[in-house]
Amino acid sequence: MRTLRAGRLTYVVLGLFTAGSLFPLVWTAIAASRTNTRLAQTPPPFWFGGNLGRNLQIAWTDANMGTALLNTVIVAGTVTVGTVLFSTLAGFAFAKLRFRGRRMLMALVVGTMLIPPQLSVVPLYMLIAKLSWTDRLQAVVLPSLVCAFGVFFMRQYLVHALPTELVEAARTDGASSLRVMWHVVFPAARPAMAVLGMLTFVMSWNDFFWPIVALTQNGSPTVQVALTGLGRGYIPDQSVIMAGALLGTLPLLLVFLVFGRQIVGGIMQGAVKG
Amino acid sequence: MTDETALLSPSAAGPKRPAAEGGGRGRSGQVWRSRRYRWDLRWSPYAFVAPFFLFFAVFGLFPLLYTGWAALHQVELTDPDAMTWVGLRNFTRLWDDEFFWNALRNTVTIGLLSTVPQLAIALGVAHLLNYRLRGSAFFRVAVLTPYATSVAAATLVFVLLFGRDYGMINWALSAVGLGAVDWQNGTFASQLAVSTIVIWRWTGYNALIYLAAMQAVPGELYESAALDGASRWQQFLHVTVPSLRPTILFTCVVSTIGATQLFGEPLLFNGGAGATGGSDHQFQTLGLYLYEQGWVNLHLGRASAIAWAMFLILLLIAGAARLLRGRGDSR
Repeated sequence: MRTLRAGRLTYVVLGLFTAGSLFPLVWTAIAASRTNTRLAQTPPPFWFGGNLGRNLQIAWTDANMGTALLNTVIVAGTVTVGTVLFSTLAGFAFAKLRFRGRRMLMALVVGTMLIPPQLSVVPLYMLIAKLSWTDRLQAVVLPSLVCAFGVFFMRQYLVHALPTELVEAARTDGASSLRVMWHVVFPAARPAMAVLGMLTFVMSWNDFFWPIVALTQNGSPTVQVALTGLGRGYIPDQSVIMAGALLGTLPLLLVFLVFGRQIVGGIMQGAVKG
Repeated sequence: MTDETALLSPSAAGPKRPAAEGGGRGRSGQVWRSRRYRWDLRWSPYAFVAPFFLFFAVFGLFPLLYTGWAALHQVELTDPDAMTWVGLRNFTRLWDDEFFWNALRNTVTIGLLSTVPQLAIALGVAHLLNYRLRGSAFFRVAVLTPYATSVAAATLVFVLLFGRDYGMINWALSAVGLGAVDWQNGTFASQLAVSTIVIWRWTGYNALIYLAAMQAVPGELYESAALDGASRWQQFLHVTVPSLRPTILFTCVVSTIGATQLFGEPLLFNGGAGATGGSDHQFQTLGLYLYEQGWVNLHLGRASAIAWAMFLILLLIAGAARLLRGRGDSR
């Protein structure tokens, strides 16, 4: 591996790029702490004002951000648990078990990754309308409960991380498949499960296209749907809109602050193997 | 618990087992056990992959096929059960629809405006991140932070930043002596603004993917290039970029797929004005047009036809990428 030391210019350019990446987020907080009048003046504010509490409160009550946040936690949490569990089960089967049709089924999994979500949105809507699920959380949870990328990701990981002898040894001792799963596969898969879980949580939290079709602001919206309500000017106050955006982003930023390294590692790992 | 963990190591479990089964149920029990064991071996793989395929069949495959069926009907959102067969009319109508072609054009230009700079910048940033850096973990996480931001939140901020009268970007442009730009109403300006949001959210993500691929490039390649007197720039051009070609192709395909589906940014960049993609449809994408037809104008059949058109376009792109790769390999 190459270990060229970075020059001063490298730090300057990377610093600028990092600043560009973080600036809109910082500025969201700045704008959320100002008043609407101040935002309609030049030059724009560069530092925090004293209005954050009021704006957060208005966004919280008028746009129902509290309910929306709770809904999003429920949706993203369920989707994450389901995706990780089902991906690990299927990933293990594809990585270590021999069965008829294995290659064909795996090809099918990979193939499904190429299908654009738009292609199924109309029938999916008709389906949930028929079940009277519009505006209900299960309408966004159930279709996202499995994920082809997850299966692929877990398979790639388990092929190398789980020694086949370990599975065979457990088998020889008469362990049932469920026991093998619980005592051999899950412990071995734990790091990958954590990474997949975080990636799924971020994706599910930010999911936009399907929730906005299936949910409305009047039903049980997720944060993303509630934010479109803000953006469409139900509350024509920019500082309040920014407070709402901040509320919708902050939880994920906290996740990033704590698990950022692991998420970065997961994305890079998925990239090399993918 | 102890006896369960012991199952993992044959030597430890070996002597215990007879005791565990000890005397007891005798032969028929053993036969039953071994039958159950074989049954388990044979069918458990299917049980493990079943949840995926079950959910996929209901929420993936069925809708996929049904879209084709719905595209051949007149279906209204107000009464999705009433379907009237219209044959290919939804498609012929699309062919004559200027808004469809407008949306297609916009999707292509916004796609190019967002994908090309995004991947180029990502490659450069990845190259810098590949140096031995102090605080490299910080840079990696910071660069990825926009990925954690939702389309909705990001677009709302950029709407404010791109504001015509009080937006920070126009303020900065005026400050350096350039004129203010009407970011929402100009065709090129609005498409550039929408692309900026995409670039902001995804460049860091792609940079990390490139970085991962760069770290897998064997160091000897650089050493021999350096021996041949290649400068750093030449090494980047002749060692890094060729080694990354599969990854670059991969990100191109992924970003292209993403670009054809662009939806949230143009929807929310329009402020309160709905799904038209600007007063003159100047930044309406195919994804947004599909949404407008289906959920604003309530024509689900036509929305399905747009979905199929999008899919065909994707197939064309995939085919073109394949051709391109084939030609590159034979060289």
